Amino acid sequence: MAFVDHPKQEILRPVKSSFIVLSLTLAIVLNLLPVEGLAMTLWPDFVALTILYWCINQPQRAGISTAFIMGLLIDIGNASTFGQHALAYCIMAFVALVFHRRLSIFGILKQAPQIGLILFIGQFIMLLTGLLDGSQFPGRDFFLPSITGTLLWPFFSSLLRMPQKPRSDNDVR
Amino acid sequence: METAPRFFRHGPSLLARLVFFVMLSLTLMAVDTRFKYVAEVRHVLSAVIYPLQKLATVPIAIYDNVSEFFSSHHLADENAELLQQKLFDQGQLQRLQALEAENVHLRKLLDASERVEGKAVMAEILHIPRDPFNRKVTLDKGSQSGIQPGQAVVDDAGVVGQITRNYPWVSEVTLITDKDHSVPVQVLRNGLRSVVSGTGKEATLELRYMAGNTDIQEGDTLVTSGIDGVYPPGLPVAVVSKIERNPAYVFARVTCTPVAGVANNRQLLILSMLPPVPEIPAEVIELKPNNKKREKVGIR
Repeated sequence: MAFVDHPKQEILRPVKSSFIVLSLTLAIVLNLLPVEGLAMTLWPDFVALTILYWCINQPQRAGISTAFIMGLLIDIGNASTFGQHALAYCIMAFVALVFHRRLSIFGILKQAPQIGLILFIGQFIMLLTGLLDGSQFPGRDFFLPSITGTLLWPFFSSLLRMPQKPRSDNDVR
Repeated sequence: METAPRFFRHGPSLLARLVFFVMLSLTLMAVDTRFKYVAEVRHVLSAVIYPLQKLATVPIAIYDNVSEFFSSHHLADENAELLQQKLFDQGQLQRLQALEAENVHLRKLLDASERVEGKAVMAEILHIPRDPFNRKVTLDKGSQSGIQPGQAVVDDAGVVGQITRNYPWVSEVTLITDKDHSVPVQVLRNGLRSVVSGTGKEATLELRYMAGNTDIQEGDTLVTSGIDGVYPPGLPVAVVSKIERNPAYVFARVTCTPVAGVANNRQLLILSMLPPVPEIPAEVIELKPNNKKREKVGIR
């Protein structure tokens, strides 16, 4: 899949609410896929990526409350402490909302490292809650999903942007 | 629908919303770990997420079916192998039945209470969370199939864990490797009793507070002792893999490897609840407040 570094000037069609819901649902399914071994340590947090995408691109539609609800659902699905993912996602969404104007000026490729930083913050919060709960440090591999998430960001956000692309046949008028 | 365009409508400020939701999630975490009050909320959300969990296993099911289809020429071999295994198991079973009858007879002679054999429910692993902080798995049977918290879960090799939470269609198993989980065990070789605790790391258990001169060797098999009233006695739990006896410390460091593993198979057996343990003798009851305190510490 080829992706271009989108300039800000491109005018996108409005996003349907159903598409936001659909993308979040699919992200949960991707998060819950039973993967094993190396794939499991590298598997990025698709729900976090989707929340970040919508917070940056549709800050009026998706916000901290969306992040909170998604976090609770993932907590149930992952059998983790109730509220752990919710807390991390809320703070990630907050950071994304604060910087959404700045982030949307950058192209998709230049956004990636900044998204990586936000993902890292989220994982760090989850690590803190885990440590407070009495766990041991799970090892440096714990942060690998942030890196794969960063690498995946350009593809992922092009994919989410695809349905909003202006139709080329409408241009000829 | 709305009078003012969406662009002009602002709720509470971003920071206020953040503070509200952060406080809410912190409260939820505290309530969930300490008081277990949020069961209803959990049940509702689990009903939402259950179809998605099911959907997530579809690719694996398709993969299994396809690989089964292409490997059907192995079936004859597999069948022969299974028949042989069955013959072998049958022989063992006949011996077991004889032993069981003898055991019942001897127990009657000794006037001891009979051991009740439980039934088991087969369940499949629905999801193995990627959360490194707690060792849990989700099974595809829940309270609709009569699964209750406290039931022991085993695989073909030994003890896997214990049901700790049940939803209508799914249930959560805390594995024996979880940092908050302990199993009372006995060394098969000499009957020494102890408690094996999880470490939170994969495939590592430890026997805590074993004196340096305890009669325990590397390679010893640990089986459940059954004194907890949760795990039926005699199920294999772990094998002692490493013992460090340092004269500078009072206790030896005994590391064990669990014999069962959720990584190896997708089907697990949920054993039925054991009959309630007999009443605690009178002199132990005085110690009860102390015990309760310890339990609370354990939950944390």
